[in-house]
Amino acid sequence: MPDSFIPTSAELLRILPEIILVLAATLIMVLAPLVKGREQNALGYVSLYGLVAALAAALSGYFDPGPAFHQLILVDGFATYFRVLVIFAGILTTLASYQYLRREDADSGEYYALLLFSVSGQSLMAASNDLIMIFIGLEISSLASYVMAGFLRNRAQAIEAALKYFLLGSFATAFLLYGVAWIYGITGSTYLLTIRSVFERGAQTPGILLAGAAAALIFVGFAFKVAAWPFQSWAPDVYQGAPVPVAAFLSAGPKAAAFAVFVRVFVTALGPIGGRWEPLFWLSALATMLIGNFAALVQTNIKRLLAYSSIAHAGYVLVAMTAHSEIGTAAVMFYMAAYVLMNVGAFAVVAHVCGRQERFVELEDFAGLGERQPVSAALLTVFLLSLIGVPLTAGFFGKFYIFRAALQADLVWLTVLGLLASAVAAYYYLRIIVIMYMHQPAESAAELPPLRGALGAAVWISAAGTLVLGIFPSLILNFAGNSALLAR
Amino acid sequence: MIDTLFFYLFALMTLGGGVLTITRRSAVHSAIWLIVSLAGAAGLYLLQKAEFLFAVQIILYVGGIVLLFLFVIMLVNLDQAARERQFNRQWWLALASALGVGGLIFYFLRAGSGSLQLAAAPVPSPVLEGNTERLADVLFSQYLLPFEVASILLLVAVVGSVIMARKRV
Repeated sequence: MPDSFIPTSAELLRILPEIILVLAATLIMVLAPLVKGREQNALGYVSLYGLVAALAAALSGYFDPGPAFHQLILVDGFATYFRVLVIFAGILTTLASYQYLRREDADSGEYYALLLFSVSGQSLMAASNDLIMIFIGLEISSLASYVMAGFLRNRAQAIEAALKYFLLGSFATAFLLYGVAWIYGITGSTYLLTIRSVFERGAQTPGILLAGAAAALIFVGFAFKVAAWPFQSWAPDVYQGAPVPVAAFLSAGPKAAAFAVFVRVFVTALGPIGGRWEPLFWLSALATMLIGNFAALVQTNIKRLLAYSSIAHAGYVLVAMTAHSEIGTAAVMFYMAAYVLMNVGAFAVVAHVCGRQERFVELEDFAGLGERQPVSAALLTVFLLSLIGVPLTAGFFGKFYIFRAALQADLVWLTVLGLLASAVAAYYYLRIIVIMYMHQPAESAAELPPLRGALGAAVWISAAGTLVLGIFPSLILNFAGNSALLAR
Repeated sequence: MIDTLFFYLFALMTLGGGVLTITRRSAVHSAIWLIVSLAGAAGLYLLQKAEFLFAVQIILYVGGIVLLFLFVIMLVNLDQAARERQFNRQWWLALASALGVGGLIFYFLRAGSGSLQLAAAPVPSPVLEGNTERLADVLFSQYLLPFEVASILLLVAVVGSVIMARKRV
């Protein structure tokens, strides 16, 4: 028997966050039948503790960097950063879900189990250094989120959302896998560093034509997951149909993890043929920003509006990827942290305001929120200002670093058009603020309970994070800058 | 020569079966043509001397999965579905884009085929070491982690389908 058959404890420690998450998810599923009906919501605590333990494990992994399992896993600063980010998104979602599920009479342990499985898949993606591991992590994350999108099965819209997400997602994954197969055919490896070294041979780079096509196929798979043009059309329908906390989760965790592997595959493995895929990213970034922002202008449903806004934000991140420099990678990392905080925060406020059966998700339902719910309205304003990119919020520095990276890579036109597109965005975000503070509440406006409990915690944490990152961006920007030098 | 003949035979089974799977009206016929298509793919694996994949393809896909399909088809009432339109109105658009993508892929494979690192034909070794043994060696040493993590993927799939199939949340 080869000596490598049994993994060493050091190797197991490097996947400790995933082990904790899967154990917690399994524990929840074992406990769920033992707990009656509504009390199942208490399993949310198990989910929360599991996520916090995994967060600690992910952080401690930073002090023991290195590869594991025949280099399939690589724990470095980049992996730690995105692991912490997706687990944090999981914590915020757990907090935001608790009261929502109770209100919908859908208290259920399985919801939290699926959430943990999805986060474990994303965490695995962040630490993967091999196309096979990336694919399996992506599938774990996606399968769990398909089911979460359709979790409230008595709602026709949720089922439609889940089915659309599932069918289109499986189709996109097939393209990803086909691209991986071509890369394997050209380079004889699925290991990112080996692929890079094959392409680094410069003029004699083998199969440059085929490699470009393979990069395009892989792009299809990842662009679908981050909802970038031309594969963005599923996002509004799915976000609108899915329960609000799930929409918050879909726009945060899976997207952050998908961007992590997007960067790792294209910058590490396909970096040497950057000239081939850069035009593709240029076009996709521009179209994503334009479509997201202009389509958001005409939305009247807040969930759809936030969905189009999240498409637009994926476009900004693609601008930083087009630069494919170290500053660009650092900008992607910083922006994803800012984006997770402000987007989950905004969705969490919507989860508070929407009421039972999500009756109040039109923009008019937010009329007079400034009077009815001063705290919720103020916090939502913080998130919206951050989404616009107003100084003193995380969104400002996020956009600043992205467009600085783009300018340093001589992407002048993309920067100019991107800035114009984000100016358009200010209109529809400000419109929500105007409705909240200037419009009279409708007669039928429901009495809302005060914002407190777990949901309140989720909103306050997100708001605090948005402001802290906006005032002291160096807190995590330095870390991002140091980790942006990916393994070569 | 005989290899080439078998290749075209199996390729015809795979493609023809695939086309008939989506064009037959009756769901049972579709499932049976799917068996033909999968068996053709199994034959292609055998031509590549991948005996293990060949056996797995027959046992799992043809024997297991399609059989399950047939059970489900017979349990579910499909009269309603049989009366509906087979394809929606945009079928010609779908066909055109499928042909377009197929043409692109064909072009790239033709143009880039020289750069594919094709494995050299295995030298017949005096010791009996087949494809299956080598696969096991790699799977349980180098690719142990993906192998184990795939079980989590299956667990998620099972849990997810049970949740979706339940009557009420």
